[in-house]
Amino acid sequence: MSNPTDSVTLHPAPKAGQAPKGSALSAFRWLGVAPFFLFALMFLLLPTATLMIGAFQDADGHFTLGNIAKLFDDSILSAYWISFEVSAASALGGALIGLALALAAIQGGLPQWIRPTLMTFSGVASNFAGIPLSFAFLSTLGRMGLVTVLLRNYADFDLYGTGFSILSFLGLTLTYLYFQIPLMVLIITPAIDGLKTEWREACQSLGGSGLAYWWHIALPVLWPSIMGSALLLFANAFGAVATAYALTGSSLNIVPILLYAQIRGDVLHDQNLGYALALGMIVVTGLSNAGYIWLRSRAERGRE
Amino acid sequence: MAYLTINNLHKRFDDHVVVHDFNMSIEQGEFVTFLGPSGCGKTTVLRMIAGFETPTSGQIRVGGDDITHQSPQKRGIGMVFQSYALFPNMNVTQNIGFGLKMRKCDSAEIARKVAEVIKLVELSGKEGHYPHELSGGQRQRVALARALVVEPRILLLDEPLSALDARIRKNLREQIRDIQRRLGLTTIFVTHDQEEALTMSDRIFVMNQGKVEQEGRAEMVYTQPATEFVARFMGNYNLLGAADTNRLLGLDIQGHMAIRPESIHVLDAHSQQADTLAGTIRQHQLLGSIIRYQIESAGVTLQVDRLNRSASDLMPVGTQVRLQISRDDMREVR
Amino acid sequence: MKSTSRMGAWVAMAIGTLYFLLPLIATFEFSLKMNRDGYSFEAYKVVLSDPGFQATFGYSTLMAVLTILVGILLVVPTAYWVQLKLPRLRPLVEFITLLPLVIPAIVIVFGYLKLYNSSSWLPLTGNERATDFLLMCSYVTLALPYLYRSIDAGLRAIDVRTLTEAAESLGASWPSILLQVIFPNVKSAILSGAFLTFAVVIGEFTMASLLGRPAFGPYLQLIGANRAYEPSALAIIAFMVTWASMGLIQVFARNARPARKTA
Repeated sequence: MSNPTDSVTLHPAPKAGQAPKGSALSAFRWLGVAPFFLFALMFLLLPTATLMIGAFQDADGHFTLGNIAKLFDDSILSAYWISFEVSAASALGGALIGLALALAAIQGGLPQWIRPTLMTFSGVASNFAGIPLSFAFLSTLGRMGLVTVLLRNYADFDLYGTGFSILSFLGLTLTYLYFQIPLMVLIITPAIDGLKTEWREACQSLGGSGLAYWWHIALPVLWPSIMGSALLLFANAFGAVATAYALTGSSLNIVPILLYAQIRGDVLHDQNLGYALALGMIVVTGLSNAGYIWLRSRAERGRE
Repeated sequence: MAYLTINNLHKRFDDHVVVHDFNMSIEQGEFVTFLGPSGCGKTTVLRMIAGFETPTSGQIRVGGDDITHQSPQKRGIGMVFQSYALFPNMNVTQNIGFGLKMRKCDSAEIARKVAEVIKLVELSGKEGHYPHELSGGQRQRVALARALVVEPRILLLDEPLSALDARIRKNLREQIRDIQRRLGLTTIFVTHDQEEALTMSDRIFVMNQGKVEQEGRAEMVYTQPATEFVARFMGNYNLLGAADTNRLLGLDIQGHMAIRPESIHVLDAHSQQADTLAGTIRQHQLLGSIIRYQIESAGVTLQVDRLNRSASDLMPVGTQVRLQISRDDMREVR
Repeated sequence: MKSTSRMGAWVAMAIGTLYFLLPLIATFEFSLKMNRDGYSFEAYKVVLSDPGFQATFGYSTLMAVLTILVGILLVVPTAYWVQLKLPRLRPLVEFITLLPLVIPAIVIVFGYLKLYNSSSWLPLTGNERATDFLLMCSYVTLALPYLYRSIDAGLRAIDVRTLTEAAESLGASWPSILLQVIFPNVKSAILSGAFLTFAVVIGEFTMASLLGRPAFGPYLQLIGANRAYEPSALAIIAFMVTWASMGLIQVFARNARPARKTA
């Protein structure tokens, strides 16, 4: 990926026997990006690195795998498991529903204004997370929420009688969907736009029905993007703290909450265990994002 | 009986008329070209034949069946798209076999037919490749193979060569024509390149703004343009207005006088032949096998093409010459 | 056949609309119920006049502005330099800017607390101003992906390299190029990134809470834990702010390539 303009624009090629003027100028070039790298180092890379190192140390600073071992404690494993479940559920649901909505808006033959409206709304809703979102869902599906009350008054249906609670796994998943679905819509739209109309026409001219088009061509082409986006949604949910905390307090035992409690000193303060928890989180989100990037590059390679 | 007939085809998008009273009939096995500039409606007519657009009014019949409102799947028409439209998730074999799969042929038969047509388009060795691994010319041949393998009644090609460079275009042109002749396939080819139209077609339909300006055999369309538009579009006709024609040739006409550059004879300045005009060479351009001169005579600048036989043929600017134009080579167009 | 798929599309849209509008309607409706006699904006009045609201909202707004300024000063030259002179570094820089999306905020702030606590080599949690600085840096980190992506796309759209070479050949110096050629043309990309950053910072909870600063996020959580009607009013206000920010982004994105009418 060499770029001729690098060496050509600013200084001539050094003559034989003459020390290249290049070195002074290339140092200057690096100066331009130095602040960025310094910032990234101090406020992103180093903090993360110390945590990862701390995960392998005990209270005295000696190397140990004990913290990692403690991660496999029942209580912590169950926290990871619940986190995994909530993230997977909201990622799957978000992916499928988001895909359906995006397809409906882009290819469903609906009026022109629906697509930009959906996109704008998705842009807003994907950022409407955290505490305000949990307030909103409490107002909707909480014990005194609008929908709960309406169901009881008009449909004679006692929502909370069925054992449902907004402060539960299902409730959290439903709440997460509010920003997962828009996120999916935003990510998958370019992929859907990439489906050329000529493919459908070619399929038709060869005798294929609409269903055949979807089964043999559109879905296989979209598949890496869909999977990749689902992974991104998974990572997104896994790291979310605010929504869960505001909704369930500390009652639902997901990993971010656990970590939050550790940092705040709400529980028995074991710093190094906290580091191990953080490391675990990074591993999970890191793998998901790596998967997303790999699938996305595969999808883009297939497109001419 | 004509194989494909189109009667009074109209197409309007909102209040914009794209195709206006289009009529056509072609015989089985004919190679017909729709020729015209962008926006003239040629692709729209093609897409209506294929079934991707519905005509506002009019009729399309193939082999006696009225297919005007039939779905594209049932028409038995093969289509080659300008951008190839190869399915990116399938390799060459799977792309080509797709139509046969849709017809529920068994896999042995599919394999046999696909192998046959791959040999026909000379893509042997590329069976397992994916579209993004192929060159433009190879992709186009896969697209062609995919349309041919289902043995369509009619083959439609929508500017299939316009995205390829000149040398490949020439090779593919010959290959397509050759295959078409061998299979006796009724074919409609859409292009804006008149050289392509002239070399490949049995008949040409020259279109402009949704209407057919002229229809006929290539030779006829080229040497006997019916209208000013056709004259301007085909070749490099000299088009002289009424005043210029009067001054130069002493003739009274209503429209334009169309004269082909290669039909003007250039004689030596001292030639004693009858009916010649005096002229001066103002400019010349070397176009390879042809030298194009701009020669001024009686205030009118004429384009004159001569074969570039040898270096000594090149006449310098300022040379006095005499021009001879046969009455048969002059054609009035409106 | 086409009409059934259109019907399906309408159904999907209808369900989607219901799901997304219901919580908003429910929240709004709930927020109007503070006064037992019927609907009123009582909850909003209470919230807006609450000194806690004003203080924390003001604090977060100030932090957002600072974050945007520092973020832009950090990202624009970097993106410019990478595109122009150090294209080989681009994958590395892009990777770094995507890290905040991978590493959860809670992990990042945990790292800060370990690295910059009172007993470390750079005590930033000791006093309030230093912690404010640390919080701002954490916000810049959070906003990095959005800022960089927006500005990078904006620079690519205007073909920075060619513009710079043209300016150089006409005799412009580096500062002039940056100020007079580059900045004006990426204004809309910068503004897009800025509004996105604003939306992110205003609602942020994790970092502010763990660093113990009086930001809007922790305030929201406090109100939610203790009050009944005010939280929904706050939720509506937060939604409005987010909506306004996103709306402004759209406005500036549409003006990104103005069709200049030549005389």
